[in-house]
Amino acid sequence: MNNAGERLYNGLVKENPTFVLMLGMCPTLAVTTSAMNGLGMGLTTMVVLALSNLIISLLRGIIPGRVRIPAFIVIIASFVTAVQLLLQAYIPALNKSLGVYIPLIVVNCIILGRAESYAYSNPAIPSLFDGIGMGLGFTFALTCIGAVRELLGAGEIFGLALMPDSFVPIRIFGQAPGAFFVLAALVALQNYVKDARKKAGKSYEKIGSGCSEDCMNCSEKGCTKRFYGEDGTRKAAEPDKEER
Amino acid sequence: MGMENVKELLVILIGSSLVSNVVLSQFLGLCPFLGVSRKTNTAAGMGAAVIFVITLASAVAGAIYRFVLVRFHVEYLETIVFILVIAALVQFVEMFLKKAMPSLYEALGVYLPLITTNCAVLGVAITNVQKEYGILAGIVNGFATAVGFTIAIVILAGLREKLEYNDIPKSFRGMPTVLLTAGLMAIAFCGFSGLL
Repeated sequence: MNNAGERLYNGLVKENPTFVLMLGMCPTLAVTTSAMNGLGMGLTTMVVLALSNLIISLLRGIIPGRVRIPAFIVIIASFVTAVQLLLQAYIPALNKSLGVYIPLIVVNCIILGRAESYAYSNPAIPSLFDGIGMGLGFTFALTCIGAVRELLGAGEIFGLALMPDSFVPIRIFGQAPGAFFVLAALVALQNYVKDARKKAGKSYEKIGSGCSEDCMNCSEKGCTKRFYGEDGTRKAAEPDKEER
Repeated sequence: MGMENVKELLVILIGSSLVSNVVLSQFLGLCPFLGVSRKTNTAAGMGAAVIFVITLASAVAGAIYRFVLVRFHVEYLETIVFILVIAALVQFVEMFLKKAMPSLYEALGVYLPLITTNCAVLGVAITNVQKEYGILAGIVNGFATAVGFTIAIVILAGLREKLEYNDIPKSFRGMPTVLLTAGLMAIAFCGFSGLL
């Protein structure tokens, strides 16, 4: 159980997918117009992430290495479809406000990343909790960003008016450009923390070590080359040193 | 084709390329937008590859949806089928270009593998279904979306080339500045919303 707890902590804080690893930026920007949308998207992603981690981990002895990526994608896409149908049936309002971003969970690099770097080489229960932890971290981050944008853009959080009447909402934060500004501030803050830690003599390599160095080089180095070697073969799974 | 159809296609063309720009208002394809926008010519190369792949993918995905998924009443499989079709298609296009058109492959080749995981391709295919576009309208929508991507990435690359010479506070160097620039571009693109 201790291992499960460690996985949850890892996903929420130590390797938070949004704040630390900077993964899955498309949905982060697109659906965080309000705290509620961020929460909904985060939880939906968490369900898919946890279940696909669990199944991939259970099937890890069966899926041959060469075709594992297509196999992962099929598993993930199946869960996304199932979750989408459930949302359509039970929470149609959320389904409508998230729209095309629900099916696009399939290409969220957090999910494929965890499948490849954790679930495919670890037992089922830690993989499940790894998915839940990462999903909670993602949910937490999206809700925070959504809350900031909703507060600045409409003066509310979760629809509760928090600002005094004299506050004039900065509408732009609820719209597309606001997402870029909030994320820019977030990355600048991350750079600042990274610098401060470097000066203090502490290494903090994990920061910005996600899919790429903060998504900038995503396409140059590429998600692909992080998970596969230059020639497309799988890198030997490196055991997480801090863990063992 | 009647006048009405042409008008509808024109609306889709302008709407998808300028008014609801794929990166600046829908946040799809953000990774290549931020990653390959350091130089104008590479940005243009990426744009060309995206136009090629998205137009082709929306044609193939549209045809498969209409003639296979709808025909056998398995529309709910769209996400699974589309992602596999797109991944296979990109691989196939890469092999085909390598053999048949080496010069085009030279120009686009390096960008092709990057597009497989590009959410814009899947996004367009799904949007076409959600908006109930026919195959032709879907192709036009895919083309227009990709043109919008190209416009945005080339402009951003141009701006970034100029930004190189600026003195920027340390924490804001790199990605934050690019994001701020993209935000300002998004505001500018809001101006197109009166167009339709």
